[in-house]
Amino acid sequence: MKTNLFGLTPFQLKEVVVTLGLPSFTATQLAEWLYKKQVYSFVEMTNLSRQTREKLETNYTIDLTPATKVQTSTDGTKKYLYTTLTAKFIEAAYIPDADRATLCVSTQIGCKMGCLFCMTGKQGFQGNLSAAEILNQIQSLPEYAELTNIVYMGMGEPLDNLEAVLDSIEIMTSDKGYGWSPKRITVSTIGIIPAMITFLEKSQAHLAVSLHSPFDDERREIMPIQNVYPITEVIREIRRWELGRQRRISFEYIMFKGINDTARHANELVRLLNGIKCRINLIRFHPIPDTPLEGTSEAGIVNFQNLLKAKGLTVTVRASRGQDIFAACGLLSTKELLKKQQETDF
Amino acid sequence: MAHKHTLYKKQVADIRPVADGVFTLSFIRDFSFKAGQVVAIDLVPDGKPRMYSIASGENEDCIEILFDEKKNGKLTPFLSKLKVGDTIYASEPFGTFRTDVGKGYWIASGTGIAPFISALRSGMIEQKTMMHGGRFDVNFYYSALIEKLLPTKNYVRCCSKQDDTQYYKGRLTQWLKAEVNLPKDAKYYLCGSPEMVVEVRDILISAKIPFQNIISETYF
Repeated sequence: MKTNLFGLTPFQLKEVVVTLGLPSFTATQLAEWLYKKQVYSFVEMTNLSRQTREKLETNYTIDLTPATKVQTSTDGTKKYLYTTLTAKFIEAAYIPDADRATLCVSTQIGCKMGCLFCMTGKQGFQGNLSAAEILNQIQSLPEYAELTNIVYMGMGEPLDNLEAVLDSIEIMTSDKGYGWSPKRITVSTIGIIPAMITFLEKSQAHLAVSLHSPFDDERREIMPIQNVYPITEVIREIRRWELGRQRRISFEYIMFKGINDTARHANELVRLLNGIKCRINLIRFHPIPDTPLEGTSEAGIVNFQNLLKAKGLTVTVRASRGQDIFAACGLLSTKELLKKQQETDF
Repeated sequence: MAHKHTLYKKQVADIRPVADGVFTLSFIRDFSFKAGQVVAIDLVPDGKPRMYSIASGENEDCIEILFDEKKNGKLTPFLSKLKVGDTIYASEPFGTFRTDVGKGYWIASGTGIAPFISALRSGMIEQKTMMHGGRFDVNFYYSALIEKLLPTKNYVRCCSKQDDTQYYKGRLTQWLKAEVNLPKDAKYYLCGSPEMVVEVRDILISAKIPFQNIISETYF
């Protein structure tokens, strides 16, 4: 089977040309064709010699996969479903706004983390995505040219697939890749500490930590990861980092009625994040099937936001988008997975 | 700077197969720990260690882990070939998957039983019930120990693949779905694959067990 060149970092492309006995500058030329000019046919790579193109054609391929399904919300949000090489399903959500257009990408097929509030977790874990499969969600997007931001917040825990995530960011931000600023990229995590340290060392992209409860005992009721990497230790690690002015840390906080939305939680959140330059992003919970959790009311969210703001924290409330197409990650792909399983059963 | 994920050089004190492709491995304990904690283990000091629940008791001399060899795994095919005296690298124990005092159900599949064995070996026996899912009878690891420490009625084995099993024939989730006497005030501790944990949790929630009473740990 031929290796896919799309999704290889500039360094990996250099390894390819060395393997083929080609001059090292061919790697730069390849990166330019793939990521700057977005040309995916060796024949069209006109500054490569005919012999070089033939060598590449014989050993390598350039594969991008278009979405197999799209759902469009009345608010303009679009959810794209992709079928992976292993016939699994992943999804990416395109979220256009007045001054920005964000793509939320998946990093795994399913997820291992088992958070109580997450639909993706109900699929179990079916595999990691390669850097190519992550980038494919970006590059194959019909609205690619409009994109201003990428968030790694779709299916899966990005830092449980660190290598592919870092490679994809390298390609997005390298001068020889897409040349994006890392400030336009945010990676979300539930706080896998060793991988988070590596991410902070090796990337300049923003970090968003899924917090959801400031109390260790309560967080472990909704997020199993808490049993291994308690949030207090995640925060302690973040405090050790000098992140500079350009890099942003934010904390995601899904609001659950009666569970994490009281004054007690607000006060503890203030104490926990004291001194960290960050933003708290409050998120409305849209119930998934069979969940015992309910979302906090609008008034409750405003009240919680005000409690935090009164203590000097920067707090935003994330706009709910694509509700009519179930834009929360995992819903569309889970539906497709179930459909496929039913078809297989019969 | 050394922190709790720093790896320290250790010598294998014991390694033995307990079933086809499943092994226990132990090394001398230099740190105290609480039942339910994990250690990160690798064969090099600066690699990408994997985490394993401790299966030994809090007061035992060695730290023991239980692992199954993943054919295409990056670590377990090498771990399984180690011999006594070989070097491994292990972190100090960490994590908070503890078992509380009081009525509790330990629900595990496969090697997910390890943290509960640690709890048992540490003396947490009162009002505890073990429910273990395995494919074959040989996959009920530590069964002699459990039989010794827990009353028979408090040890449920669900065997999914062996027709002539001497235990419940079927998946653990089947057994749970059929069980109508799951107390609402007990704590339920789940450990295993993400699929098993999520499925069991959904069953418990549909049986009106408050989610606050369900504590989970998934392999990752």
